[in-house]
Amino acid sequence: MSDSAQTPHADEVEREAADERPDEPDDESHVEPIETGADAVVSALKNAGVDHLFGVQGGAIMPVYDALYSESDMTHVTMAHEQGAVHAADAYGIVTGDPGVCMATSGPGATNLVTGIADASMDSDPLIALTGQVPTDLVGNDAFQETDTIGVTQPITKYNRFATSPDEVGDDVSTAFALADEGRQGPTLVDLPKDVTQPETDVEPGKPETPDTYNPPEKADAEAVSEAADVISDAEKPIILAGGGVIKANASDELRAFATEYDIPVMTTMPGTGAFDQTHELSMGIAGMHGTGYANMAITLTDCMLAIGTRFDDRLTGDVKTFAPDADIVHVDIDPAEISKNIEADYPLLGDAKAVLDQLSDAMTDAPDADAWREQCQTWKDEYPLDYEMPEDRPLKPQYIVEQFDEAMPDDTIVTAGVGQHQMWAWQYWTWTEPRTWVTSHGLGTMGYGFPAAIGAKLAKPDKEVIAFEGDGSFLMTSQELSVAVRENLDITIVVLNNEAVGMVRQWQDGFYEGRRMASEYPWVPEFDKLAEAYGARGFRLEDYDEVEETIEAALEYDGPAVVDAIIDPEENVYPMVPSGGDNSLFALSEDHLDEI
Amino acid sequence: MTGKLPGPGPGERMRPEGRRNEDGIRIDPEAEAKHEPRRAVLSALVEHEPGVLAEVSGLFSRRQFNIESLTVGTTVDESRARMTIVIEETRPGIQQAKKQLRKLIPVVSVRELDHDSIQRELVIVKVNGEEPDKVHAITEMYGGETLDAGPRTITVEITGNEQKIDDAIDAYKQFGIREIVRTGYAALARGEQQTAEVEPEVKLTADSQTPADDD
Ligand SMILES: Cc1ncc(C[n+]2csc(CCOP(=O)(O)OP(=O)(O)O)c2C)c(N)n1
Repeated sequence: MSDSAQTPHADEVEREAADERPDEPDDESHVEPIETGADAVVSALKNAGVDHLFGVQGGAIMPVYDALYSESDMTHVTMAHEQGAVHAADAYGIVTGDPGVCMATSGPGATNLVTGIADASMDSDPLIALTGQVPTDLVGNDAFQETDTIGVTQPITKYNRFATSPDEVGDDVSTAFALADEGRQGPTLVDLPKDVTQPETDVEPGKPETPDTYNPPEKADAEAVSEAADVISDAEKPIILAGGGVIKANASDELRAFATEYDIPVMTTMPGTGAFDQTHELSMGIAGMHGTGYANMAITLTDCMLAIGTRFDDRLTGDVKTFAPDADIVHVDIDPAEISKNIEADYPLLGDAKAVLDQLSDAMTDAPDADAWREQCQTWKDEYPLDYEMPEDRPLKPQYIVEQFDEAMPDDTIVTAGVGQHQMWAWQYWTWTEPRTWVTSHGLGTMGYGFPAAIGAKLAKPDKEVIAFEGDGSFLMTSQELSVAVRENLDITIVVLNNEAVGMVRQWQDGFYEGRRMASEYPWVPEFDKLAEAYGARGFRLEDYDEVEETIEAALEYDGPAVVDAIIDPEENVYPMVPSGGDNSLFALSEDHLDEI
Repeated sequence: MTGKLPGPGPGERMRPEGRRNEDGIRIDPEAEAKHEPRRAVLSALVEHEPGVLAEVSGLFSRRQFNIESLTVGTTVDESRARMTIVIEETRPGIQQAKKQLRKLIPVVSVRELDHDSIQRELVIVKVNGEEPDKVHAITEMYGGETLDAGPRTITVEITGNEQKIDDAIDAYKQFGIREIVRTGYAALARGEQQTAEVEPEVKLTADSQTPADDD
C-alpha cells in the first residue's frame, strides 16, 4: 500500500464522522416534542443528520415548513425555482457523500423537481425529495395542484412512497434516507399529503433502516475474486477503467494503491473523474466520446479491463461491438443489474468497490508483465495530447480560460458545469486530482445544472473554492438562482463560456447536418455581467487575452458570487470526438478526421 | 496548449482483432452472433401493497422487455403476492429482466421457472349457440366447463397450457367466436421445489445460470 492509501483522505474523515451521526442521536435534538406528522418528518431529518434543506414553499408542503419554523439545527435554503433546489441538493449529496434534501409543494412544485430527480437517478446520487400532496380524500379528483407524484417519479427514483399515516410518516422518511444511501446510491421520494403532516401524532421516527427485501452485497465471492486476480496478473495489456462507483464507494485510495502496486494504467469515465489523480504517471486521463485519444486507444486495444463502478454508458462505449473487443472484462459493481447489461462481464465481482479492491489486492499473486504496454500507452499520450490552437489575439479560446482558472485555483477546488461544449472543455482541460470535485450532469445531460449545483456544493463545503462553468444557453436556464447566491453571500465564481449559441448542438449541426444551424444560435443572450450586477453580484466581461489574468484575479478575490462573461470564439469545437455510436479508436481530432471516419 | 500536431489519423491507427456482438459479448470476428429470443416464465414474490403492480409493469415497459403476460394474486401469506410474468427475450434480456425485477424494493424474490414447472392459463370463450351439442363435445374433449348457455351464445372455460388453449380455441372457431378473455399464465414450481426460493446465483453473482439458460 502506498502512503496515500494509509492516510485517510480528508473528505473521508468527514464522511466517517457524518456516518456516525445517525447512530448518536443528539440529546438536545428532540427538545421540541413531536406533535404532528410534520414534526415527525422534521425529526427524521434531524436523525439522519441533515443540516441543509433546499426548497420552495407552497400550500401542500406548508405544514412541514411550519414544523421547521423554530428549528435551529437545520438551515432551509429558499431557492428561486424547484429545479434549483433539486440540483443544489444533488450537488450537496455528491460532494459530501450523504443524501442532499430538497422540498417542494404538490403539483407544479413536485413536477419542477422531476428533471433533477431523473438526473440524480442516472448518476446514482444520494438525494431525498419531499413533496407536499393534496389531502388524501382529494387525491384522484384532479384537485387544485394535484399531480400523481408517485406515478410520475416511479421510473426515476430508487424508491418512492406515498405517506398514509401521521404515525408512520417519520419512518417513511427514515427509510427513504437509508435507501438513498445504501448500496448503489440514488434518489428517493416521500409524498406527503397534508392530512398526514397536519394531524397529531407523538410517534418518534425510528433510525434510518432499509427494508428486509433490500440487501446490497458487501464483499465479492472469494473464488470469483481469485479467478479475476489471476486474469489480471496474466494480462499483457491491462487497464483500469474507474467509474463513478469508485467515488461513491470512497475507494479512490484503494484504487491508487492497487494501480501503483501492480503498475496498471488507469483511466476514468466522466462520472469517475477525480477518482484517480491525473498528474500520476499511470493516469490515462478520461475516456469516451470526448475523452482523450490515448485513453480511447488503450480502451480499444487492452486485453484485460478492470472496470469498477461503471455502467458502460453509450457515451463511453461508443459502438459496443468495437468496445475493448480483445479484453477480458473484470467488472466490479454493487448493482447486479449493471453486470452484463451493456458489455458482458467475463469476471463479475459483485460488491462494494472499496471492499472488492481490497479483496483483489489480497488475491493478486503477480503484477502483470506489461512494460511494453505501458510504453505503448506513453506513446499514445505523446501522440494524442489534448490540444487546441490559440491565435494571439481575439477571439478567446475557452480551453485557455479553463486552464487559466485551473492554474489560479487550489487542487481541491470543486468544479461544477452545465451541459454542452463548456462542460466538455472544463472536463478536458481541468487537472483532476481529487474525488468529489467534479460535479455535473453526466447521465441525463441537464442544461442549467452547473450553477445551482455550485450553490449546493458551496453550502456543503464552505471552506472550498467553488467554480461553475456554464454555457450561455445553460446559464439562461437557471441564472435566476443568482438571487440565492447573493442572498447567501456565496463565494462562487461563475464563468460563462459565451459563444452566443447552444454550441454543442451547433457543433453537431456543422458536423452532421451540413451546417444548418436551426435554432442553435443565440445572438440575443443578455450581457451576463450586467445580469449579475442586477442581482447584486459582481459582473466581469472578458474579451481579450490581456484581460484574462487580472479578471481571474479580481473574480477570485471578490468575496461573493462573481460572474465572468467570457466572450469566446463562437466557432470553437470540442475535440477529440468519437461520433455517436462510433468506434472509440477512430476519434476525430478535427473536422478533417470527421470526414475520414 | 502544447502546439503539438495530432498523431496518426483514424485510418493509420492500430486495430484490435476481436469483436463483440450487439449484446456486448465477445464473438468470433467473422461471425455476427445473435441470440435467439426464447420464452421465460418468471415468478416473483412481492410485498402485497398498493402500487407494486404498476411498479413492475412500468419497469417492464420502460426497459422494453417483451412481455407476453403478467398475472398477480395473493399467497398463503396475506402480506405477499405472487406474480407470474412470461417474457420473450434473448438470454441477456432474460438475465437483465430478472436482475432489474430483483432491484425493486417490494420484490422479495425472483426466479425463472423450469420447463417442468406447472403452468396454467384460463380462457373464457363465448361462441355462437346454434350447435350446442357440438360445442359441448369440444368442451368435454378439452376438459372444460360450460359457464353459460343460452339460445344464442354459449360461454365456456378451459384451463391448461398454452398449446391446449390454442388448440381448443381453434376448435371453437367453427361455431364463430364472439369474445375471448385469457388470463395469462399462473405458474408454480413442481413437487417439493419452492417457487419463491431465491436462487443464490440470482442474488450473489452476476450471471445466474439457471438450467433454462442454456437453451
Ligand atoms: C435541458 C436541456 N435541453 C436541451 C439539451 C440539448 N443540448 C445539449 S448540449 C446543448 C447546448 C448547450 O448550450 P450552452 O449551454 O450554451 O453550452 P455550449 O455548448 O455552447 O458550451 C443543448 C441545447 C440539454 N442537454 N438539456
